[in-house]
Amino acid sequence: MSGSAPAPTPAAPGAAADAALRCQGLVKRYGDVTAVDGLDLDVRRGECFGLLGPNGAGKTTTIEILEGLLAADAGTVDVLGLRWGRDDRQLRERLGIQLQETQFSDKLTVAEITRLFRSFYARGRAVDEILALVGLETKRDARYVSLSGGQKQRLAVACALVGAPDVLFLDEPTTGLDPQSRRQLWSLLEGYRAGGGTILLTTHYMDEAEALCDRVAVVDKGKVIALGTPRELIRSLGAEHVVEFAMVDGEPLPEPDRLRPLPGVRDVRVQGPTCGLVASEIHLAIPALLDLLGDRRTKLAFLTTHSATLEDVFMHLTGRHLRDA
Amino acid sequence: MPEPRLIPIVELTKVRLREFLREPEAVFWVFAFPLLMAFALGVAFRQERAKDVVVGVVRAEGSTIGQQLKGAPGVRVRPLEPGDVDGALRRGQVAVVLIPGPPLVYRFDPSRPESRTARLVVDDVLQRKAGRVEPIATRDADVVAPGSRYIDWLIPGLLAMNIMGTSLWSIGFSVVVARSRKLLKRLMATPMPRAQYLASHLLARLVFLVLEAAALLVFAYVAFGVAPAGSIALVAGLVLLGALAFSGLGLLIATRATTIEGVSGWMNIVMMPMWLLSGVFFASSNFPEVAQPFIRLLPLTALVDALRGVFLDGYGPAAIGREIATLTVYTVATFALSVKLFRWR
Repeated sequence: MSGSAPAPTPAAPGAAADAALRCQGLVKRYGDVTAVDGLDLDVRRGECFGLLGPNGAGKTTTIEILEGLLAADAGTVDVLGLRWGRDDRQLRERLGIQLQETQFSDKLTVAEITRLFRSFYARGRAVDEILALVGLETKRDARYVSLSGGQKQRLAVACALVGAPDVLFLDEPTTGLDPQSRRQLWSLLEGYRAGGGTILLTTHYMDEAEALCDRVAVVDKGKVIALGTPRELIRSLGAEHVVEFAMVDGEPLPEPDRLRPLPGVRDVRVQGPTCGLVASEIHLAIPALLDLLGDRRTKLAFLTTHSATLEDVFMHLTGRHLRDA
Repeated sequence: MPEPRLIPIVELTKVRLREFLREPEAVFWVFAFPLLMAFALGVAFRQERAKDVVVGVVRAEGSTIGQQLKGAPGVRVRPLEPGDVDGALRRGQVAVVLIPGPPLVYRFDPSRPESRTARLVVDDVLQRKAGRVEPIATRDADVVAPGSRYIDWLIPGLLAMNIMGTSLWSIGFSVVVARSRKLLKRLMATPMPRAQYLASHLLARLVFLVLEAAALLVFAYVAFGVAPAGSIALVAGLVLLGALAFSGLGLLIATRATTIEGVSGWMNIVMMPMWLLSGVFFASSNFPEVAQPFIRLLPLTALVDALRGVFLDGYGPAAIGREIATLTVYTVATFALSVKLFRWR
């Protein structure tokens, strides 16, 4: 080995080597509407990454650009170190995709649909193995039309997993499912992650993001407005609790300016007849609040407290609820 | 234990076949309906012997016309009261009415071929009875052999029309259903070779084509003794070529449509002129001369004419070269355009 030869440049810096997905400056317009407006993302291998935001925030457009189903108007996309438009065939073999609105043929059985998707991939798992994994082995000969919403969704995930993908894309995987079906799907996804898989999912359920995701990007109006682990994001509120209350018979709420100086209160927000206090110490905040209201001789309609969630983070950032934003 | 490698086009075709067989209505329209239609038309137009002409004779004192016509071959007499003449003609109960004279009056509508025939037949009988001598000796040689009946003419047309209908619908419909259910988009997200998806539709179509064409031809042979005068292999080749041309057309119609209603409308717009003009039920030569070049360009006309050539006249490939060329052009053009325009989402 010659000592004078220049040292080879490393193939990629450490950070890029373990990037599963990376996009920068992503823009997508539909006519006058800008669905994605300069969005950057960096998803590490083995990570479960969530895009959290209200309907219409640009989550589906973003995920479909990353999936190679839509072309961006601007920006770069890098998936597993490969590029759409150049390495499509290779990428398709390595990605598992579940789309929001896919309906398979009513007349086909669970096993037939899974077998069809298995045939598209050079490598992957056996049909019966994948059906056992998603808990549909007893339904293998049932026709698609006879499945419940949760079973259909698990079949969609089975079809996404049947090629043993390195990255799994899920677009609103649990929308419209009952709580039991949601938990079944979550534990299925945790199993996939335990095997080293990377997940990018979109959701507008903050509990889903908190339960599944290592990191979350909060998306609003086509932009990432906050990024971090669920815990970091909640901590960014500077308070762990939320106190909500309303007055009977539509009586006026106290002025926010009078609530803000109360001990332990970090933020005040009014949404219609309901007032929410973001509080670090509820044992100080609640007695102070009750004193204030007692002076005014008005009656409370209700008063509740809960630990702060990503929903509260979204409210704090945008002043709107996730659901009706 | 490693599973055998699954091949996309095989799995896609199997799925298409299953989807079709599990749809009882589709099976009825493809297989049972053409047979029922052939049977109904075959029975309606069967030619055991020429139909009698029905003649109305107005009652009159001392007239013997009714007597003279009784027993004449091919003539049926129906006595009429003078007031019933126009009503009986209008209702089609009689083809011509005789009003005893002198002079003897034939009352009929000359625009109805049936009435003109009846007038000639009746006049012939009466003139002979009255002693007319034929200046030229003649003899009738009746033709009733298979090959020249209406059903012989009809079956190739029905076969062609059936190929058009099933090819257009089965491909157009299933592609649009898959698109509207976002299944095409989902398939695009897999490594599935896209050409194999389109090819699987065609393969599944050909499997059923063999069955449906065979069912109609066997039925026509067993029920009516209809058989092609020319080569069976050429009939099979034409059936295949016709199916390719119409599958291409079906695919082209389905390249962009996103709803069932939309694609159904286009299908009907495409098929309607061919049902009317291509000569399935009556000869397209009935249409004006100026329309003929257009009619000859329709793929159904090409298929009907080619099949009739082989069935009725025993033509070989050379004699139907123009029709074969027309269908080939349709096949190549529609597939090329479809692949270019096809929308997966």
